Amino acid sequence: MRFVKRMNYLQDIQLFKYHSTIGWYLILITAFLAAPLVMGTYWVSLLILIGINIIVALGLNLVTGYTGQVSLGHAAFFAVGAYTSAVLTGKFGVSFWLALPASGVVGALVGIVVGLPALRLKGLYLAIATMGFGFIIEEIIVQWEPITNGVNGLSIKRPSLAAFSLASDKHFYYLVFPIVLLSVLVLKNLLRTSSGRAFLAIRDSETAAESMGINLAVYKTAAFCISAFYTGIAGALFAHFMRFIGPENFTILESISFLVMILVGGLGSVHGSVFGAVFITFLPEGISLSKDYLPTFIGQQAGLQAAVYGLVLLLFIRFEPLGLYGRWLKIKFYFENFPFYKKDTFRKVRKFHRTQKQ
Amino acid sequence: MTKEKKECSFFQVTDLSIQFGGILALEKVDLEVQRGEVHAIIGPNGAGKTTLFNCICRQYKADSGRIYFKGKEVSKLKPHQVVSNGIARTFQNIELFTNMTVMDNMLLGCHSKRQTGFFSDLVFWGKAQNQEIEFREKVEKVIDFLDLQAYRNRLVGNIPYGAQKYVELGRALVMEPELLLLDEPSSGLNMEETQDLAFSIEDIKMDLGITIILVEHDMRLVVDVCDTVTVLNYGRLLAHGRPTEVVKDPEVVKAYLGEEN
Repeated sequence: MRFVKRMNYLQDIQLFKYHSTIGWYLILITAFLAAPLVMGTYWVSLLILIGINIIVALGLNLVTGYTGQVSLGHAAFFAVGAYTSAVLTGKFGVSFWLALPASGVVGALVGIVVGLPALRLKGLYLAIATMGFGFIIEEIIVQWEPITNGVNGLSIKRPSLAAFSLASDKHFYYLVFPIVLLSVLVLKNLLRTSSGRAFLAIRDSETAAESMGINLAVYKTAAFCISAFYTGIAGALFAHFMRFIGPENFTILESISFLVMILVGGLGSVHGSVFGAVFITFLPEGISLSKDYLPTFIGQQAGLQAAVYGLVLLLFIRFEPLGLYGRWLKIKFYFENFPFYKKDTFRKVRKFHRTQKQ
Repeated sequence: MTKEKKECSFFQVTDLSIQFGGILALEKVDLEVQRGEVHAIIGPNGAGKTTLFNCICRQYKADSGRIYFKGKEVSKLKPHQVVSNGIARTFQNIELFTNMTVMDNMLLGCHSKRQTGFFSDLVFWGKAQNQEIEFREKVEKVIDFLDLQAYRNRLVGNIPYGAQKYVELGRALVMEPELLLLDEPSSGLNMEETQDLAFSIEDIKMDLGITIILVEHDMRLVVDVCDTVTVLNYGRLLAHGRPTEVVKDPEVVKAYLGEEN
């Protein structure tokens, strides 16, 4: 067991509670930096995809997990980011290094537009509204042929940095990885300040949040805006990674898969976003890898992937509502309190909640 | 004493009315509170006490009437601006942020004092960091004041009800208000806790110099700590005065206990 001696307030707001944690994270970062050197191209491209999904999951977790506004329209922000970068670099010859932030900004602006109905709508209604927004964007992509090339899609070049070309997956990895790190760091920073607490406050009680002096309109819109910025950046990276995008990349299923990511990973936690993104990106690969070992009548079923998705979600919601992050906390707790762990430590106590709030 | 005379209308409500459908929840209610006073609002259930609080905090929009605080019209503010003008409140059924720690809950009270924007928060360096430390110092003072040290890092949903009430009070104190609205602070507390609460209210009044308006059903607490009392019944003002006098008022007795045959 470890105990922290709290000597000053700065200690409370550090990202890492223990010094040794910094070491572990440094080892992890080094391992990921070295990964492309030893891994095959397939695994590196999978890592890139994971990285992109992590950025989206972080953004979505901010708006859904932290602020409590369900969004089923994140594929649309993803699409906006992807197409912004694709069109800017492809049609207008803008450098990728300008197009990348631009796609974040355009995403954020669209996020503000979507955030506005969030001021009036709650829960299920907001989910439906954002879903509708997703359909609209999908339709715009299909119809606006002069810019988006409609259903035929757009092909995109990989960027280059001065003399270095980032054409190969291994090089592209070194572009995605720092951006993922930066996204995590920025979100962590935001969450430990009053802005971050304001987001959580809105999730827990809007009435109380307002009486704390939190401007609901500003903060809800800001949550959507920041979230859409993240997703837009991820979209741009996705476009340049895939080299080809079409409307079929940004369907409602994509939005749902993002939502599943944060649900499985853990709502309202940065760790959870990362775990979820890793898990959900690996899942289809794992399924296709295990296809050969499964009995034919299961392995060759057409809807196998969707069915496993559904099953995973169902099992998580039933047995581990906190997601992978909750499981992680439990494992950590077990080792931190090694001999003292009891089986019932995490058993749920049935609570009788007040049924009615004022 | 001379100071009190000068600021005769520290907080004033005039002619406040609000209607929900066909029900007149408040009808031409007047209220005046002096600086440094503890003022109680009592009345039977449904008398409009909480509605009055909600109108003051702009959660409800009053149909007519004005609310002045230190000469400034509160009824023109937006709900989130009320706090920065020096009015903080607690809720009848605790409205804490259940999934956050006691510390975080109270830190949220500092929100109206924040000086940084989103961008400096993203970087979390210099100003944002110093501000965070400053907020923590402020919260620690309140934690000391209310003896909440033991609960500092616990999730608010997991601590006893009485402590939750105190956390809510603390959260309001962190806002450094000049006027504190307490909505049934003693509901759900046992005798001993209510007694402690009476001391806390005295402390808040004497040490921090905060003016308090409280809605309360516990008459003993009202008589103990309050300087003046307003009685509401069916949204109308029934009586106003010193607690000991008001309790004897035949109208009040009628409203509370029913008529004698």
